[in-house]
Amino acid sequence: MKTFRIGGVHPAENKLSAGSPIREAALPKQAIFSMFQHIGAPAKPVVKKGDVVKVGTLLGEAGGFVSAPIYSSVSGKVSKVDVALDASDTRRMAVYVDVEGDEWEESIDRTPDLVRLEDRPDLDAQTIVEKIKQAGIVGMGGATFPCHVKLCPPPGQKAECVIINAVECEPYLTSDHSLMLEKADEILVGVSLIMKAVNVDRAYIGIENNKPDAIKLMQEKAKAYPQIEIVPLKVQYPQGGEKQLIDAVIGRQVPAPPAIPISVGAVVQNVGTAFAIYEAVMKNKPLISRIITVTGKSVKNPSNLLARLGTPFSQLIDECGGLPADTGKIIGGGPMMGKALISLDIPMTKGSSGLLVMNEKEARRTAPEACIRCAKCVSVCPMGLEPYLLAKISSQYMWEEAEKEDIVSCIECGSCAFTCPSHRPLLDNIRLGKSTVMGIIRERAAKK
Amino acid sequence: MNVILIAVIVLGVVGLVSAVVLFLASKKFAVWEDPRIQQVSEVLPQANCGGCGYPGCSGFASACVKAAESGSLSDLNCAPGGQAVMEQVAGILGLKASAAAPKVAVVRCQGTCDVRPHGVEFDGVHSCKIQNMTGMGETQCLYGCLGEGDCAAACLFGAIKVNPATRIAEVDESKCTGCGACAKSCPRGIIELIPQGPKNRKVVVLCNNKDKGALATKECKVSCIGCGKCVKVCDKFEAITLGTNLAHIDPDKCKMCRKCEEACPRGAIKAFNFPPRKPKTETAPVASAAAPKAEAPVAKAPVASKPEAPVVKEAPAPVAPVVEKKVETPKDNETAV
Repeated sequence: MKTFRIGGVHPAENKLSAGSPIREAALPKQAIFSMFQHIGAPAKPVVKKGDVVKVGTLLGEAGGFVSAPIYSSVSGKVSKVDVALDASDTRRMAVYVDVEGDEWEESIDRTPDLVRLEDRPDLDAQTIVEKIKQAGIVGMGGATFPCHVKLCPPPGQKAECVIINAVECEPYLTSDHSLMLEKADEILVGVSLIMKAVNVDRAYIGIENNKPDAIKLMQEKAKAYPQIEIVPLKVQYPQGGEKQLIDAVIGRQVPAPPAIPISVGAVVQNVGTAFAIYEAVMKNKPLISRIITVTGKSVKNPSNLLARLGTPFSQLIDECGGLPADTGKIIGGGPMMGKALISLDIPMTKGSSGLLVMNEKEARRTAPEACIRCAKCVSVCPMGLEPYLLAKISSQYMWEEAEKEDIVSCIECGSCAFTCPSHRPLLDNIRLGKSTVMGIIRERAAKK
Repeated sequence: MNVILIAVIVLGVVGLVSAVVLFLASKKFAVWEDPRIQQVSEVLPQANCGGCGYPGCSGFASACVKAAESGSLSDLNCAPGGQAVMEQVAGILGLKASAAAPKVAVVRCQGTCDVRPHGVEFDGVHSCKIQNMTGMGETQCLYGCLGEGDCAAACLFGAIKVNPATRIAEVDESKCTGCGACAKSCPRGIIELIPQGPKNRKVVVLCNNKDKGALATKECKVSCIGCGKCVKVCDKFEAITLGTNLAHIDPDKCKMCRKCEEACPRGAIKAFNFPPRKPKTETAPVASAAAPKAEAPVAKAPVASKPEAPVVKEAPAPVAPVVEKKVETPKDNETAV
């Protein structure tokens, strides 16, 4: 069975919510829409206090090409446009909406009927990309890179195939899994739309083989789509990394930056993105909700919730049986790459794939000990870097050396810190080095 | 006998030839170094702190010699050595030292654990830079001291330390040389270098919070809310400017009258190294005019903290909540306007 070539680890899967059906979360009393729900320029608020909005009303327009608009997921009145705590654990500009009723914009098609690509012969590549851009769709795997940017290859580069990321390699998370089980047809239409948008005739959907039911179902459904192939993959973290997935599925390796996946002819999209694209293009529905896994060993009822964006995390936890008494840490995202949250008032955003509640024992880090030079971190690094060295030079602020050692190639997957027998905080230091070096590189480029 | 003689002669000739070659090479490839660089280097403190902006003391020495050719040392200053060393340097180079005001670092944050609770615990690497990358940090204030001690690690003179009780960095003015290493190491830019001032006295806004008033009030009990009361009382000297919801005192214009300290409803302005105030008589009307409700606690606050120590220390814990609650309403209105 296929997997990527270099490194990788296999943390305990703990997919507690696997198989639990998607449940719709209740509407919040107040929804908060951060203007920073994607990578790139923040959205600019276009509403003001007192405005009445419906589900699907534009709240913030895209702040540039690498940006995405933000739509209201609730109906009600804008109570203020002010800073709010968001999943980055800082306060940034956001729109607050007090929810009243549930009125939708009339342009949105709310019927559950499946619209196939054949039913819409009017769609061409440009229209599809434009609709995706208008709908504010971003990478739903958690990276939140504006989707339309990936679908517009830079001049001189041509896509050869579409790879759909359905591996969900993060432990605990099951949102993509449940989506595949319940929305397989829609996903396949969405994949066809992506193929049409970038004008290729080959697509692969990579699924890790810890989801045999999803593989079976998708293979069944994909029989009607001869251009789409389901690729079962061996379970290995971080297979969901773009470069790792390309290597695993088509055996090509993306060179170091500035090369991007399109350099080897691949366009990678998350399975959740494919579903959002289906809804945006075929149903005219902007990105206003997503599936989020609320899980944790002490959570009473780990579930996959279909929740509106802007819903505070506290409410999602209440839907799954409330906050356990022994909570030690709450993580937005999965345990490997997620970020600890400092408050439960933080609202969910386009990139919220999971909410993980750790108990006190799990949350506590083990005290680090001296590096024993075992080089386990080197052998598990999926990018072929030397994490012990990067961490060391970063902790001593040796930025030039860090740049020479290619610290910017780090994908921050955390395999090194996970595997370290001395529990050294490798990734903490590497992140510091990476962000500083990237700042230095950006500064240098700006000077030129 | 013969063998020994041959060996001596051969080695002697080889040595002679090498000596000639080396002599010629040393003349041909000689690099002339100004002897004054060495002399200047010798009088420098050899702390290699980099506070001057040059790579170590030898770098600074060559910069001084170079500057001497243009006739002025005005752009150069050895912070740890101070005026005395600069005069010695100037003497070697046959110039006059310009009078640079000695500076000292000040930590612009009073957010101790009492006034700015640590709501969460950071379990990662104990480094301010790393904690700062994760967002807010342990408290609700995005601008305040993180207390992990990057500045203490950067200081070569042991002049700045994090007080474990308050979790705020504190400067020991007697040891601080004003080299600025701590200011560079602080990811939040809290540490500022300001002139030492006459008798070490200075008045500083000890806050870095740029949030709007209402939010700043929630985040910390001694935060600057940008109400502008200090700017108003300082209209004569215009030493205080209001940035993004944050007041800043220009040390060059400040006349040390301490009116702003009294006027501040939040206790965010602090006067260092002043003798304890005399019991209020004449200044009282000013305070009551500025903030009638806040008069009593504000008057108490500085007096209570004065005799303690010159260093940033405590905001009077038992009094502070009262200050905050009483003043909250009027200043909120003001910021809204």
